[in-house]
Amino acid sequence: MRRTVFALAGFLLPLLVTGAHAEEGASEPESTRQQALVHLVRQDCGACHGLRLTGGLGPPLTPASLEKWPPELLAATIVAGRPGTPMPPWRQFLTDTEAVWIARQLQQGFPE
Amino acid sequence: MKTKSLWRVLSLCAVALAGCQHAPLRGTGDLGLVIERANGCVTLVDTTARQAYGRVCGMGDLSHASAVFSRDGRYAYVFGRDGGLTKLDLLEARIERRVIQSGNAIGGAISQNGRIVVAQNYTPGGIKAFDADTLAPIAEVAAEYAPGQLSKVVGLADAPGQRFAYALFDAGEIWVSDFSNPAHPATQRFAAGRQPYDGLVTPDGRHYLAGLFGEDGVALLDLWRLGDGSRKILPQYGEHEEKRPVFKMPHLRGWALAGGKAYLPAIGRHEVMVVDTATWRELARIPVRGQPVFVMARPDGRQVWVNFALPDNGKIDVIDTLRGEVEHRLEPGRAILHLEFTPRGEEVWLSARDDGKVLIYDTARFARVGEMAVDSPSGIFFTSRAHRIGF
Ligand code: HEC
Repeated sequence: MRRTVFALAGFLLPLLVTGAHAEEGASEPESTRQQALVHLVRQDCGACHGLRLTGGLGPPLTPASLEKWPPELLAATIVAGRPGTPMPPWRQFLTDTEAVWIARQLQQGFPE
Repeated sequence: MKTKSLWRVLSLCAVALAGCQHAPLRGTGDLGLVIERANGCVTLVDTTARQAYGRVCGMGDLSHASAVFSRDGRYAYVFGRDGGLTKLDLLEARIERRVIQSGNAIGGAISQNGRIVVAQNYTPGGIKAFDADTLAPIAEVAAEYAPGQLSKVVGLADAPGQRFAYALFDAGEIWVSDFSNPAHPATQRFAAGRQPYDGLVTPDGRHYLAGLFGEDGVALLDLWRLGDGSRKILPQYGEHEEKRPVFKMPHLRGWALAGGKAYLPAIGRHEVMVVDTATWRELARIPVRGQPVFVMARPDGRQVWVNFALPDNGKIDVIDTLRGEVEHRLEPGRAILHLEFTPRGEEVWLSARDDGKVLIYDTARFARVGEMAVDSPSGIFFTSRAHRIGF
């Protein structure tokens, strides 16, 4: 129920978030930055989603639980957060491209 | 160096205890453990020697893990994120028993009489009680606040009378379960407010406080007068102010009570709230350099040490409780996740996760007096917790 509402609300966000950067959509962060992002997700997202990303105060971020969403939508959640829930906006730490990269990695099974 | 090899010998003895006739007797009052967040191990430490003396592995996912101690100070009960509950023997540096009690846990507590260990779970939401000796399951209370609806449980704390108080994040309630008859706990429910995120019981065991995430204020329950129900304190807190995003939930357990005042982390703000514990009114707010995560009083109450959420998690502010302001600022390392005072507070141990180190500071001089390498250290727990209500 709640999910659907978020999913609908989330539909507009990706346009706002990724629209301006559509041309760089395919680009990936450099490898040292990738390592830093993996560390951020494992450690700091892990504080709420679990170090193994199997869930905690926040829901699991495993491939099985995220496969149904387009990565841009997940990236919008990551960058903008979800007001009214503890999911904070990460835009001061991440670019949109990096958020999309994280979303794709999460959907594929996040690197250790 | 010398001490290190001594400890190696001691822990070897511990491993092969039978073959080691002359292992010296020792108490456990100056021992403790450091959770290694990433690899399922804990490092065992001696606060007198300021050294690690052992390491025990095989405890699963220890992110956000916490520990409580048996009242003889010999055993630690470690609650892992994956629902593992491990009973560790600190003297023999080994796992005494281990059970997987749920899918997704967040911490636990031990009863006043030391006989029951209770774990709090996110999924399936509820609490489970275990025999402290054997870890055999005794009873459970499902956090079913409406038919078929289970809530995540947060802020579990022990209270006098074999009771446990805890908050239901999704239900906005505080529950108190009485385990006087361990197999048949009796539970009472109280309204709390939107999204309680953590809770604590005061050192005298009288009041339970639950911090609210979904609205301003803190829910307060007088455990001596349960009939009066809960009430909201600090409701005016944060009016007309924009909150900053919260990158890490503050922790209330291990909170600070000093000189009739409580020091609480403000949520979404760079402030520590000071509350009068006689009236539960806000007295002041102390500006600090980030969003507080842990706000902990030195055991004598003269200082309150504060660490912070991202992006300020390399900083520590120390509040002088007499002057009511920050007296000292430190940048001890990268990602300071937790701190723990030695039993009487002359030193404090800090875990610097991203430096892979535990740092030891003298609290009078703010000087670093020791450090040790620990892989991804997070929570630090000393056996002095065994004798404190709410720890
Ligand atoms: C302070 C706690 C907290 C932190 C830290 C946090 N999250 Fe979340 N996150 C949540 C909560 C709670 C939700 C569920 C929101 C809701 O109820 O819809 C969530 C939801 C999400 C979702 C949507 C999942 C779904 O199934 O709908 C994604 C993706 C996500 N978070 C990614 C991240 C990433 C990546 C990070 C780190 C950069 C992060 N989160 C850090 C609490 C947190």
